[in-house]
Amino acid sequence: MTTKQMGVFQRPANMVGAINATLAQEMDRDKDVVILGEDVGRDGGVFRVTEGLQKRFGPGRVMDTPLAELGIVGASVGMAIYGLRPVAEIQFMGFIYAAIEQIFSHASRMRSRSRGRFTCPLVIRTPYGIGIKAPELHSESAEALFCHMPGIKVVVPSSPYNAKGLLASAIRDDDPVIFLEPSRLYRAIKSDVPDEEYLLPLGKGEVYQEGKDLTIVAWGAMLHKAAEAADGFDAEIIDLQTLKPFDEELILSSVKKTGRLVVAHEATTLCGLGAEIAAFVSEAAFGYMKAPVMRVAGYEAVTPMARLEDDFNPGIERIKRAYELVMEY
Amino acid sequence: MPISVIGKMEVKRLQVINEQGQADASLISLLPDSIYNKFFETITLARLYNQRALSLQREGRLGTYASILGQEASQIGSALAFDPSDWIIPSFRESGVLIAMGYPMRLLYRYWMGDERGMSCPEGLNILPMCVPVGSQLTHSVGVGMGIKHKGEKKAVAVYFGDGASSRGDFHEGLNLAGVFKLPVVFLCQNNQWAISVPRSAQSAGATIAERAFSYGFEGIQVDGNDVAAVYKATKDAVDKAKAGGGPTLIECFTYRLDDHTTSDDATRYRSRDEVEAWKAREPLIRLKLFMEKKGLWSKAYEDEVIKKASDAVDAAIKEAEAMSPPDAADMIRFTNKELTLRQKRELEELEG
Repeated sequence: MTTKQMGVFQRPANMVGAINATLAQEMDRDKDVVILGEDVGRDGGVFRVTEGLQKRFGPGRVMDTPLAELGIVGASVGMAIYGLRPVAEIQFMGFIYAAIEQIFSHASRMRSRSRGRFTCPLVIRTPYGIGIKAPELHSESAEALFCHMPGIKVVVPSSPYNAKGLLASAIRDDDPVIFLEPSRLYRAIKSDVPDEEYLLPLGKGEVYQEGKDLTIVAWGAMLHKAAEAADGFDAEIIDLQTLKPFDEELILSSVKKTGRLVVAHEATTLCGLGAEIAAFVSEAAFGYMKAPVMRVAGYEAVTPMARLEDDFNPGIERIKRAYELVMEY
Repeated sequence: MPISVIGKMEVKRLQVINEQGQADASLISLLPDSIYNKFFETITLARLYNQRALSLQREGRLGTYASILGQEASQIGSALAFDPSDWIIPSFRESGVLIAMGYPMRLLYRYWMGDERGMSCPEGLNILPMCVPVGSQLTHSVGVGMGIKHKGEKKAVAVYFGDGASSRGDFHEGLNLAGVFKLPVVFLCQNNQWAISVPRSAQSAGATIAERAFSYGFEGIQVDGNDVAAVYKATKDAVDKAKAGGGPTLIECFTYRLDDHTTSDDATRYRSRDEVEAWKAREPLIRLKLFMEKKGLWSKAYEDEVIKKASDAVDAAIKEAEAMSPPDAADMIRFTNKELTLRQKRELEELEG
């Protein structure tokens, strides 16, 4: 559904504003939605995503916590079990590693371990990905780790518009959701964002651009690069939006039409989500394929510091080459 | 004055009934007379449950099991200070706590038989599944405490963990957060002196675990963990304080694990028989019986009757546990998410043939 079809008041917003508005909307709607994290209250978050929310909803619902990632997520697990809807902010994805045990050993499996008696409806928001020339461990793209673990959903918006609809759905979801916000997109693009609430379903991707010769799957900030690189190709571009569970049907219907697939992501190629998508397509649509599935992704290297960011992250030329290889096969 | 003293710490230890069964007159008067039979009967029940679990394991009818022998006073004395509406967050060695809270023994056996349904807490109780990664449950008490505070309820949270867990970062983050937000949490450290083969002295250079509460801005106390009255008294005080908005408390129950770490362990590899024998002489039932006998609350006939009743309950629980239908393999997929993914639906179909 486009914003025009909705026929409601809308205004141009960047992703920071869209997420902020969504958090306020959800907190207004449900008093059990609470925010916690480092610097999220008084300071409004280091990216200002939670700006003004503590003033509006009080320190009991927008909690500045001590510097303790494990504790933030562990406390969120406890609150979620108790019936609250915590939205935790981890300041940068590189700092989420301290909380991995809480996510993998508790949040993801509480429903299963208690056979449904306790559930864990929590959202962990964290800025991720490369492109803001930040210090070390401020630019990680570790989405595949979370996709691998049963019981967790992983969502990545690519625009202010879908950030709002996806985050609202994530907060209302009854299971844990890792919500990865491409920090490069926070203020880089604007889209019309309706004031009214709307939900975009988790588990559904969107056709960003229709085409006939080649399917491109990407998400987050990489979507925009993959689209730019597609200039000159008759490419169908899928914005995955939810990485786990990803929209199998949308990918299948597209590759059955085009017979070619390139998956582009920032994270390391090895065991990245591209590997899973490639395996899925080869299992489910091998007979339709005119060329091997290609991945164009990060090198098998530690996410570099600012100077080498652009060498690690597939640039337009590398992406274009992947398209050409598939087209020429 | 270049150096001045800006803080002084006091570490308290509580004992109500000593090893000879003599009670402190002023402290004992604070406890209701009716409680001792409850102590005795629950400890007896938990001990029989435990004994049978160990024999079932040897017979191959139950998997790896973590014995609670020797720790019954710490577990039952603390658990009885909570109401069923309070929240209990256990580690994996808390069978006594769960039994005292009224958790069905058939489910406990079923859990140790390797069946997740054993961890599905019945309605009316708020007991989280036993936590296996040591200490990782501590911060959950913070969240539950935040939930209680958010909803404006008068409830308390108990979180149980051992001396080993006190070395983990989770301990620090859990206690620190609970202190900062003044949450209704009772941190119940079951210091049983051994984390598998590592003695308490090798976990920390600090003299007690209780004293660490000082650095988080709330009270900590060490109790004689084999004195059920002391454990109950300290916990009840902490629960009352928590419900009155007074914030968290750390209670270090100083006790001893008389059995191996689990049925897969051999404790003779790392500790002396003399040490174990010395602690056996201090096990919690000895002094409780002496004390109750003096008060006219215990007799051999009474004990026989309690054992008979407990034994029947344990027998019935084992029978029920073993009579439970085998778990449905589809449940492992079904309970992963509220709504299954397409892949899970395919896998479910494959599984169900």
